Amino acid sequence: MSESRAVLEGPDIHRALTRIAHEILERTKGADGVVLLGIPTRGVTLARRLGERIEQFEGVKIPVGSIDITMYRDDLRLKPARPLGHTELPPDGVDGRTVVLVDDVLYSGRTVRAALDALNDLGRPTAVQLATLVDRGHRELPIRADYVGKNLPTAKSEKVKVFLDEIDGRDAVELIK
Amino acid sequence: MNKHLISAADLSKDDALLILDTAEELAAVSERSIKKLPTLRGRTVVNLFFEDSTRTRISFEAAAKRLSADVINFSAKGSSVSKGESLKDTALTLEAMGADAVVIRHGASGAPHRLANWVRGSVVNAGDGTHEHPTQALLDAFSMRRRLGSLEGRKITIVGDVLHSRVARSNVLLLATLGADVTLVAPPTLLPVSVGTWPCEVSYDLDAVLPKSDVVMMLRVQKERMNAAYFPSEREYSRRYGLDRDRFAKMPDDAIVMHPGPMNRGMEIAADVADSPRSTIVEQVANGVTTRMAVLYLLLGGESAQ
Amino acid sequence: MIIRNVRVLGGEPVDIRVADGTITEIGTGLQGAEEIVDGRGAIALPGLVDLHTHLREPGREDAETVLTGTQSAARGGYTAVHAMANTSPVADTAGVVEQVYRLGQEGGYCDVQPVGAVTVGLEGRQLAELGAMADSAARVRVFSDDGHCVDDAVLMRRALEYVKAFDGVVAQHAQEPRLTSGAQMNEGVISGRLGLAGWPAVAEEAIIARDCLLAAHVGSRLHICHVSTAGSVEILRWAKSKGWNVTAEVTPHHLLLTDALVEESPNGSYNPIYKVNPPLRTRADVEALRAALADGTIDVVATDHAPHPVEDKETEWAAAAMGMIGLETALSVVQESMVDTGLLDWAGVAERMSLKPAEIGRLSGHGNPLEVGAPANITLYDPGARTEVDPRAFASKSRNTPYEGMTLPGRIVATFLRGKPTVLEGKLV
Repeated sequence: MSESRAVLEGPDIHRALTRIAHEILERTKGADGVVLLGIPTRGVTLARRLGERIEQFEGVKIPVGSIDITMYRDDLRLKPARPLGHTELPPDGVDGRTVVLVDDVLYSGRTVRAALDALNDLGRPTAVQLATLVDRGHRELPIRADYVGKNLPTAKSEKVKVFLDEIDGRDAVELIK
Repeated sequence: MNKHLISAADLSKDDALLILDTAEELAAVSERSIKKLPTLRGRTVVNLFFEDSTRTRISFEAAAKRLSADVINFSAKGSSVSKGESLKDTALTLEAMGADAVVIRHGASGAPHRLANWVRGSVVNAGDGTHEHPTQALLDAFSMRRRLGSLEGRKITIVGDVLHSRVARSNVLLLATLGADVTLVAPPTLLPVSVGTWPCEVSYDLDAVLPKSDVVMMLRVQKERMNAAYFPSEREYSRRYGLDRDRFAKMPDDAIVMHPGPMNRGMEIAADVADSPRSTIVEQVANGVTTRMAVLYLLLGGESAQ
Repeated sequence: MIIRNVRVLGGEPVDIRVADGTITEIGTGLQGAEEIVDGRGAIALPGLVDLHTHLREPGREDAETVLTGTQSAARGGYTAVHAMANTSPVADTAGVVEQVYRLGQEGGYCDVQPVGAVTVGLEGRQLAELGAMADSAARVRVFSDDGHCVDDAVLMRRALEYVKAFDGVVAQHAQEPRLTSGAQMNEGVISGRLGLAGWPAVAEEAIIARDCLLAAHVGSRLHICHVSTAGSVEILRWAKSKGWNVTAEVTPHHLLLTDALVEESPNGSYNPIYKVNPPLRTRADVEALRAALADGTIDVVATDHAPHPVEDKETEWAAAAMGMIGLETALSVVQESMVDTGLLDWAGVAERMSLKPAEIGRLSGHGNPLEVGAPANITLYDPGARTEVDPRAFASKSRNTPYEGMTLPGRIVATFLRGKPTVLEGKLV
């Protein structure tokens, strides 16, 4: 039997996202030229929440979109073909912008690698940054996050599952042994 | 999804919706400046065409290339096939090349089924004789969905030479799977004797069906049928079964007109009907690439189903 | 020779004494110094007679020869086969039929009775020299353009009339050519789905009806090859009720298989192993054919053994040759479809696979009841065996059997041609 343990509750997630929103504003000097691109599925929800917070704090509406990385994965052949997620760029695109990729869990780094490749086919941003709710370590590629909600030491045998209210009806991060 | 796509009957409703949803996501790729995805890098798709069909071959070729697959075009004309090499020997040659998928167009019904026995890769039917053309049906369904939304309960009328039409066979099967109500309209000579067992309605009266149709799909009437006494004359066919301006006016305002091409303008379809904004004939071509990308991705993008 | 412990037509165990090619004694506990063959309780049938075999020689020796075809026949329990005329050259002259006849004699596995073509080159335009073939050493009595229909009504009438002079019979391949132009399989639900050009039942039935009427009009014998539809059965029943001299055959495959196999089979879809002329029909047709064979409306079972080399079947459907081999599986298929279903007993099988075909073909040395004084043409059959059909075990040169991998009942134990064993313990002698 696997057992799961909540490592972040709703208020923790709320605080983590608020902090990341502030950090983005600080690092990008008021989020000028920033585009938030969530990686489906939960990265998109997180990107929207970050966008809302930045708007609350600063009164500026920053473009939020999604970037599906399925077609760029390096492990496609390990499983039957997967359904595609949705890619939707803001109307003005990503050229000359600072793109902040948003994902729920940072682990091997392969998803982010795929997202960078996908982004490359969509335009030429000035800079690309990475925000993640949880960094659980065990990187397999030279990738690090610019904004981290929580660093969570894990064993490779464990799983990290993120629940978000919009999709799952509750906010939580659970560690499953 | 099955390993092969040979008949529209191979697709469950979930499969069909997955293909259409995937195509919907891939449609955006055709609109961006880099129209290429790395997904099928290192995979080989062979276009094996025993019949001339530049349109279909180009469509599959573009689809495979946009997914970064290597494409080998193997046309029967001028090759060893026209010198009497059998389908089986051709299949073994393709095996030796390591084809991951073979897209086959053949004049004989069932040739893709036979091919599937002889190759390890996926077989995609790009039209076999008077049997089926499942990717055409998928692109038609995709085109309808883009215009009309869900096809559940939609009234779709297919008009023309059903007996010899692979497009009609695949469309009837796929549209029934997707929950649409299909009506076939044709002179009785151009309907199979067993059409009563198909999952659709049949009518001989186009004028009675048009006002209730959300989609009217006109099939091409081939020249050789005109000379084989299936109907008395072109003029009579056109008068009874052609979609002219008067009939077009009887269709509901938001109904659309489709044609798998190539058209006989003035015969089964009037020129200004074909060119009207309610005709999907041009977008059917673009949708063909997108839909075939979806099929190739879903057949080849994951682990080999072997 | 004494054949011990066999059950004639499935009756009580007896011994059969054979001398000089003739049955000399039937009884229990026969004694003598002769060679003994132990029948182990097998059923003894009069040697089977096929009215419809394609031996392919001359012309297509890659598919079958008279030797391999007659070996195949012997393994199937046959002691005589009628060799169809569609060879190359066509068996439309005394020369060709005598050649085929002699090849059969030389092989010694099974008597070969050539069938003569009705028209020159099977072309349906001019009568072949029917009388010359009848008078030749081959003594041809059955004439057929099989593979082609004699569709010209006048020509058919003339043929029916002409063969009366030597008690011949025209065996018609009933297929209206215009209705079957390009036809690929039975026209029905499955052809519609598969997009294969339909072969309507009416194309067979219309010719049968016409020819029955013609035969009645001129007072001739008529035989209908490979009847395949319920409608044909109805027409034959009607013709027979009139007292007309019409006989008919059904193939084993039309008694067992249906057109559903074209769509779905263990051998895949569109496998031309199921492509045959006339085509496999529906379950209702199969049931009607079985009933007609049981009640005598259809007189005989004939194999239409049609060998084809592998490359003529390993193709797309439309390009493949039509036909199935059947000599070595015929009795098993008849047991499965007719005996095990309770429609026929072994006497009925003997009637339909030996006595009656020999009578239609006017073969006096075959198709005699197993009685003292009859030629010792005997087939021993073990109906209790069950065998998975393995085409590699066939004596036929070809492998195009639709039964590969199927388990069928029964096994030919031995075949005797005029007292000489051609098969013993299931193996060629």
